[in-house]
Amino acid sequence: MNRDQLIWIVLFAVGAAALLGRAVLTEQGMGREYIRQTVTPAGGTEFLPATYGDYVRAEQAQPGQTEYRFSRARTIGLWLAAFFTLAVFSFLYSDNPFYKVAESVLVGVSAGYWMVVGFWDVLVPNLIGRLWPSMVQAWAMPGLAGAEAQRNLWYIVPLVLGVMLLWRLAPRGTWIARWPLSFIVGTFAGLQLIGFLHGDFLAQIRNTILPLAVFEAGAFDFWASVRNLLIVGGVLCAVTYFFFSFEHKGAVGRVAKVGIWFLMITFGAAFGYTVMGRIALLAIRIEFLLDDWLWLIDPSRRRAVSMLLQGIWG
Amino acid sequence: MGAFLRDQWWVVAIFIATLVPLVRRFASAGVMEGLRTLDRRWIFLLMLWSVLLPIYFIGVTGRTFPEVPSALARATFDEIDRLAPGDPVLLSFDYDPASEGELQPMATAFVKHCAEKKLKMYFMALWPVGPQMVQNTVDRVIRADYPNLVYGEDYVNLGYKSGYEAVIRVITTNIRELYTTDARGTAIQDIPMMKGITSVQQMKLIINVSAGYPGVKEWVQYGATPYPAVHLIAGTTGVQAPLVYPYVPRQLRGLLGAIKGAAEYEKLVIDTYGGPNPDPKYLEGLRRMGPQLVAHMLIIMLIIVANVLYFTEKRAARRPSTGSGRPERAEGR
Repeated sequence: MNRDQLIWIVLFAVGAAALLGRAVLTEQGMGREYIRQTVTPAGGTEFLPATYGDYVRAEQAQPGQTEYRFSRARTIGLWLAAFFTLAVFSFLYSDNPFYKVAESVLVGVSAGYWMVVGFWDVLVPNLIGRLWPSMVQAWAMPGLAGAEAQRNLWYIVPLVLGVMLLWRLAPRGTWIARWPLSFIVGTFAGLQLIGFLHGDFLAQIRNTILPLAVFEAGAFDFWASVRNLLIVGGVLCAVTYFFFSFEHKGAVGRVAKVGIWFLMITFGAAFGYTVMGRIALLAIRIEFLLDDWLWLIDPSRRRAVSMLLQGIWG
Repeated sequence: MGAFLRDQWWVVAIFIATLVPLVRRFASAGVMEGLRTLDRRWIFLLMLWSVLLPIYFIGVTGRTFPEVPSALARATFDEIDRLAPGDPVLLSFDYDPASEGELQPMATAFVKHCAEKKLKMYFMALWPVGPQMVQNTVDRVIRADYPNLVYGEDYVNLGYKSGYEAVIRVITTNIRELYTTDARGTAIQDIPMMKGITSVQQMKLIINVSAGYPGVKEWVQYGATPYPAVHLIAGTTGVQAPLVYPYVPRQLRGLLGAIKGAAEYEKLVIDTYGGPNPDPKYLEGLRRMGPQLVAHMLIIMLIIVANVLYFTEKRAARRPSTGSGRPERAEGR
């Protein structure tokens, strides 16, 4: 047995013992999900997420009640989520079969989800519903009515283009797929050109034309002036760095060097923000493990009825 | 802190036990050699502890770090707060569970603020999983704490539409061209709050919670810039925030950048509308600033240590040379 195997076995043994001990030996247990059964205004039944605290309070008020109950399906989902979270984290130690399983499941589920969403949210309402509205109204979208329930034969064009796009999968005539593809590329290029010209190019030039001496109610605003000076100076210096018609020597070189400093500070700020984002993502997974799964903490007071934290939270 | 350490001694014991091999390594090989040959997995472990311990501490004690709202968070808050009851507001939730850690606190705070102001909320999404994020937020905030708000009269979930920026382009001129039903399948003309609403230009404010493409950049380009009367505020991920700062304040009236922005905005909302004992679900952003502080301190420390190590090695590599030192510098590169 090598060192890696020993570490894995020890980790599994300690983890399993801790989970078993917590689930069996403690009063509150861990990792259970509850639901609340309600009646919708239309008379149907709806299951809403509930907490262990809701369940205990309802049982104390009326033993044997059926409104709040333990949910086996959601509990299995919770444990699967915990397993996959740990499986993904395990990659940080080394590549392993648990990580591979988690990765494959994520890719598979995402692809399946996209396909289903694409069918129900795109094809059905935007294409089939426009061409055969009465059929879609009877089958999938009872709310389809009024002008939207009228057949619109213009939608044959996207239908034909869609079929042409799928022709790429056929053994012959794959060139047919290039026509709709060129249509998509051309449309988006035109759309984005306008968007970038209007929203970025022109608007950003406008945003940079700022007064270098700012006066507020007749008084000189020192810090606003410094801010504007930094914006205008920073933009000019950074643009000079990307201006290659002159050799970066003398005054141009010095200005370009200041431009590099502005760029570096920008990259540093971007890096700092990225770090903050990644830590937030790690934090929510750890919160999930400690709160939802292990019930070690209860920051949202969801289990305040029976937890030791009740006294601390008040 | 002392009481916490006494009560939670077992966490401290595990923390120390996991770091014993690292300390032994430094003791046997020396600090510099130990750092030079440090396995990157030790850094992962340190990062895990730097995030886990503050979460555990805050989770057990209920304490959060103080937060001072910045001018941008205040501008975002003021954009919603200036509206009158009944004003229509479009909330586009363009994110998925992968960014929930950063964006859900601000989404929750946005919806609470709108509900407190009694605004008419029109939810939509440019991301396929967006409607689920809308539903989660509606369940957590509106259905739980504002049961008097009626679906279809006070808020509506228009659901997801594919087409990226093309969707924005279309609904800024004709919302019914794309939205024939809401997310539940109810015809648009049968929804009371949709009466008289023909385009997004009628919205008093657009609130975008964005994790990438399509998101805040596209809303700026196609929603706000061509129609200066349409005010846009946004909450974004940390990765995206530096890219959209240039749009502030003309094209983007307010911006919440990552969890820090969320915490500042939460503070403003809770101070104004939270009451004396606010629900902890409205303090998620503030709670998550604890791990941010400790993890950032760790990263800064690691950067300093790595730089010290780098320059020490560089100096050591130069030392044997008596000439210009150029060969060693080349080797160092």
